[in-house]
Amino acid sequence: MILEVKNLTKVYGEFCDKCLESTGPEFESSVCPYCSSVVAVNNINIRVNKGEVVGIVGESGSGKSTLLQLIYQDQKADQGVVYIDGFKDDLGNYKNILEADPNELSYLRTKLMSMIYQNPRLGLNYQFSAGGNIAEKIIMSGIRNYAEIRKRVLYFLEKTEIPKERVDDYPDRFSGGQQQRIQISKALASNPKLLLLDEPTTGLDLSVQAKILDLIKKLQKEMGFAMIIVSHDLGVIKHLTNICIVMKNGQIVEKGLTDQILEDPQHPYTQLLVSSAL
Amino acid sequence: MRYAFLDENSKKEIRRAILKAIAIPGYQVPFASREMPIARGWGTGGLQITLSIINEGDCIKVIDQGCDGSLNAVNIRNFVVSVTGNKTTTDTKKATIIQSRHRIPEEQLEEGQCLVLQVPYPEVLVNVEADSYKQKLMHANKDYARLWVLLYEDTARFGDSRISNRYPVIVNNRYAMDPTPIPRYDIPKLNNNKALILFGAGREKKIYAIPPYTEVEPLKFEDKEFKIETFDDKKCARCGTKGVFMDEVYNDDGSVTYYCNDTSYCDKKLKGEL
Repeated sequence: MILEVKNLTKVYGEFCDKCLESTGPEFESSVCPYCSSVVAVNNINIRVNKGEVVGIVGESGSGKSTLLQLIYQDQKADQGVVYIDGFKDDLGNYKNILEADPNELSYLRTKLMSMIYQNPRLGLNYQFSAGGNIAEKIIMSGIRNYAEIRKRVLYFLEKTEIPKERVDDYPDRFSGGQQQRIQISKALASNPKLLLLDEPTTGLDLSVQAKILDLIKKLQKEMGFAMIIVSHDLGVIKHLTNICIVMKNGQIVEKGLTDQILEDPQHPYTQLLVSSAL
Repeated sequence: MRYAFLDENSKKEIRRAILKAIAIPGYQVPFASREMPIARGWGTGGLQITLSIINEGDCIKVIDQGCDGSLNAVNIRNFVVSVTGNKTTTDTKKATIIQSRHRIPEEQLEEGQCLVLQVPYPEVLVNVEADSYKQKLMHANKDYARLWVLLYEDTARFGDSRISNRYPVIVNNRYAMDPTPIPRYDIPKLNNNKALILFGAGREKKIYAIPPYTEVEPLKFEDKEFKIETFDDKKCARCGTKGVFMDEVYNDDGSVTYYCNDTSYCDKKLKGEL
């Protein structure tokens, strides 16, 4: 097991007793009728094994990005438990990462998981060069030898097909697709066990999208990390994932093998989603 | 007038900040910086520390960039004398309190001495993170990766860090600290220094400290050397010394003369005391 999520919940607003039971797909609403809180993520359970690629699909506002942010802890969850392989207490029991202190959190975010955002501006520091951005992750993992850092920076740039000569250029001198590649290099530089991707190709043109998806797929096979990909693009999900989760109004409505779900959707919402794909 | 200008409650507050700073080497302790008869940014932090720790037996030395005779040093020294009546000296070894701007004296400091440095910018992270709340979090988490990235970028482009003064140091294996704009030449002197070193930032309202015999390391990669300024075979035109931190003085005819930056050291050399 790489990741286990149990009863993860995030509510924006008052969070009354009836929030969770009176929202969801059967009510077609994420807004609690009693206290008007928005239930973004409602009792989600997921398990990801080593090397697995899990896709999360759903419409805007279904809570898929929030779910990813809760795992990466860009936002704090209200309830639930998240276990990650490699994060244990002294007795060898899994520790809930939602209760990690800031030091542990930085360990989690450098050694165990990395996030790739839709907008490279969120994942990269534009005051540092492309190489500097990648170096930051390598330095955070504890390496203090310049030659070693430089070697790894160049290695990861090459992996994502950025010309080595441009290592000291600043991110805003690169094209959008290249910035996304630099973000991928940065995320992978610390050899994470789990990679979280939030709409990694949305907003890029189609040929670049295809290249980046191929790149992610290739790197995943090579390095063997597990991935969770959030996308509203079924093509991306089909191309990359083995397992797929369909979310609506903060809850999971269907999960299973990607092929199966896309070929033979059971839930009416999934049927609508698949049939409305272009 | 009250001894040492500040009222007793102010001194108490500043001394408490100093004690806390000594207890957590390199950590910036906030304090309520007082209005002083000199402008903020002209040494008020150092002056408040000096006036809080001074007592009747102390002998004070004030230097500005190594010089006892520069205007600022003279004014601060005159002020301290006018409010305390204490003895002053230019001799580094005889002083018990040395207030300094941008230099650590050439002669080795001893146990029982106290070096008070004036600080313009206490926050070492200000160049990599503008938000002071986030700076605090970074210190709390010992997250100095971005300082290292700066060093990485300079090394990648220029072969070495470009920082000539205010070179970041790690104190006691814990806090990254701004050592004030002392030259790189002075950085190694911070390590395991026998004297207590206090830092006062009056405008920024912070006090921090390096207690005696504390480990202070400049930020550097394992496979790179920390380079300090060298003046090769340049000789002081006054006392003939080589290998100390030099001032470069341009004469009217365009020629260059070198002098020891530390005037106390130069005087002693001239008299043959060293």
